[in-house]
Amino acid sequence: MIKRSTGLYEEFTRKGGTAMRATHYCAGCGHGIILKLIGEAMADLDMHDDAVFVGPVGCATFCYYYVDCGHISAPHGRASAVATGVSRVLPDKPVIAYQGDGDLGAIGFNNAFQAANRGDNFALFFVNNALYAMTGGQMAPTTLAGQVTTTTPYGRDIVKTGYPLKVCEVFETLEAPVYIERVSVADTKRIMQAKKAIKKALKIQKEKKGFAFVEILSPCPNNMRTDPVKEAERFTEIMERTYPLGNFRDRSGEAAPVPEKVPIRTEKELTAGGREGIATKNDPSFKERKFKFSGFGGQGILSLGLVVAEAAVSDGKYVSWMPSYGPEQRGGSASCSVIVGGKEIGSPTIDDPDVLVAMNQPSLERFASSVKEGGVILFESSIKADIALPAGVKAVPFPASSIANENGVPKAGNTAFLGAMAGMGLLPFKEKDVTDALAESLSARPLLVEPNMKVFEAAKKWISDNVCRK
Amino acid sequence: MRKFVRGNEAVMIGAVYAGVDAYFGYPITPASEIAHAASEYLPCLGKEFLQAECETGSANMMYGAASAGKKVMSASSGPGMSLMQEGISYMAGAQLPGVIVDIMRAGPGLGNIWPEQGDYNQAVKGGGHGNYKNIVLAPASVQEMCDLTILAFDLSFKYRNPAIILADAVLGQMMESIVIPKKVSDAPPSEWAVKGDAETKNNLICSIYMDVDGQEKHNVLLNKKYEEMEDDARAESYLTDDADLIFTGYGTSARIARSAVDILREKGIKAGLFRPITLFPFPSKELNACASGKKIIVTEMSNGQYRDDVVLHLENKEQVMSVSRMGGNLPKVSALVEAAEKMMEGRA
Repeated sequence: MIKRSTGLYEEFTRKGGTAMRATHYCAGCGHGIILKLIGEAMADLDMHDDAVFVGPVGCATFCYYYVDCGHISAPHGRASAVATGVSRVLPDKPVIAYQGDGDLGAIGFNNAFQAANRGDNFALFFVNNALYAMTGGQMAPTTLAGQVTTTTPYGRDIVKTGYPLKVCEVFETLEAPVYIERVSVADTKRIMQAKKAIKKALKIQKEKKGFAFVEILSPCPNNMRTDPVKEAERFTEIMERTYPLGNFRDRSGEAAPVPEKVPIRTEKELTAGGREGIATKNDPSFKERKFKFSGFGGQGILSLGLVVAEAAVSDGKYVSWMPSYGPEQRGGSASCSVIVGGKEIGSPTIDDPDVLVAMNQPSLERFASSVKEGGVILFESSIKADIALPAGVKAVPFPASSIANENGVPKAGNTAFLGAMAGMGLLPFKEKDVTDALAESLSARPLLVEPNMKVFEAAKKWISDNVCRK
Repeated sequence: MRKFVRGNEAVMIGAVYAGVDAYFGYPITPASEIAHAASEYLPCLGKEFLQAECETGSANMMYGAASAGKKVMSASSGPGMSLMQEGISYMAGAQLPGVIVDIMRAGPGLGNIWPEQGDYNQAVKGGGHGNYKNIVLAPASVQEMCDLTILAFDLSFKYRNPAIILADAVLGQMMESIVIPKKVSDAPPSEWAVKGDAETKNNLICSIYMDVDGQEKHNVLLNKKYEEMEDDARAESYLTDDADLIFTGYGTSARIARSAVDILREKGIKAGLFRPITLFPFPSKELNACASGKKIIVTEMSNGQYRDDVVLHLENKEQVMSVSRMGGNLPKVSALVEAAEKMMEGRA
């Protein structure tokens, strides 16, 4: 008498049809046996209520017809990625993934390999029948050398299509997996060993000890066009020459590794650093002002724009700050656009700035002609500007680097330009907001605050002595 | 509280207040700052951040975590969005919620990292295989990068459907001042999920219907849901009531058009702006209420993808013209002003 197996549904209602206790698998196919072994092991370990089963694509898509637990059906090749996702958000629940050899070995290999390398916390059952079964017997990465399939009608030529992929051996090179074993379900003796390995993997998963991998050699007489009984013998003989059975690793006796701790914070703490009590004020009479800051990456162009922007925010203005980004940020020229307005800002990018700060020659050459009539160009006086500056624009060569050097902070050229803008009345908000924003921008390096303030004042004085009095 | 933040960071501020449980993503310019913020915030909140091996991986990790009823998200740009389409189609088929942020860059192919809106059709028309739609939200400010991320989670759970934030490199990279949300959203009901417990063990998350009638029934059900989404269509109008000429665009294009409206108003031309906030569901009623029969200038950073939808939804579409840029270039405010003047003078 055949013993009714535990761990599978009483009736396979999801399958439909009239034979409610029969699987849809072909005679001699390994899937039915493997699912039965998994179901029984789950019952032995009392896992049915807790377990989440991630099924693949192919003949095993329909795991959810049979195994009595919660199911997720994954896209082709992605069961490992899906299981990674589930196990990350249900860290205490046993997660099981099941994949065939095309699914895991070809299209989804990287997902499975990376999950194994991360030691993602699920049990992965890998069913190797040396071909694509459901799609019609095509070559899989595991197909044996010389094996005839529907896409290797002359036999698999390893020179053109590569060697049979030995997944256990590949995974064995990784540090993280806890358990790796190759078994077979080709005959009773082998099924008994497979049962042990499957149960072991599930126990590791129940204890949430990490990534457990069991490769199961499983005959597919239907696609091999052979008799199930004969196929089992032939299968064992030829498959095990390439895929030897055995345990590759068992670290289930060791404690599960514990990840590094991170500080625990609330949402509020994480998004802190803003300011209370600042409202943006609608002031239609305020004339929008557009600033372009430009120079070499490393000259503090983006932070100069940020200081202006933060000061304007404190003053209740509408403000946008738009940087150059990507490769421009990492060498070469950098620029940013800041718009300050009394109402909602339209385009955050600037075609025609009111104020251009150019800290290097390429920036001056690139942006000078775009400055609006009546606008101002402030540029580093040590650069050679042999370009025609646009008419109706006030161009001020400004010795930012000498002022920064004289005050002992050669890198504070950007601060000198900030002082120059303040001195020229180009920053239409309270000066205290500007100096506060400058100090805030240096909060990580408090020793630099005072010398930068000196640079700011010296720049203002230079403007007052050299520009405003003219 | 106000904070001056980058658009990409605002997305994650919105996400943490939306109660996001897990972020799965892969780096790509100009979206990477979203992953930076997620990796900084989520572990401290006891939530999950994982840098996936590829966007195919991230989309399927989302699929897995969403199956457990959790709030999941990812962010990417052009090439990465293309890789995610398989997973997004499966999420739509299996009726799973999740938020995907697309910080659009120029394409096709590798293109470049500068702003474009060329992923409009991919996001709004489905993008992956099969008959499905995404909920698509189009922020136009850093504040909306935060607020619409929260709304995306709400709508995504309301309809059990993936939601896409369709932004671009300007919105991702720019900084503006935002009001930080006050309260973290509650976990929404998810009785349909597989949570690894006795209550949900009979649930099945899948998108497979082997018999054709079953599949069609599922398609009809999904389509009914997409029709119901119309209730949640949103748009914003700016100075449209008395307008003779209406600009329409979304995201960064709308910001540029807003500047053009202001300049035209100063010149005495009654211009207005219609800005869709939801691209799917498309705010058809709202568009027709303010723009039908008027002079319309569609502006976008793509090859007429948005214009095609405007024309599709407009009842009276006699006077529609288009100003678009591509390749990472933005439409110039001056070009929009000039086009409007020409149209008003009857020269275009």
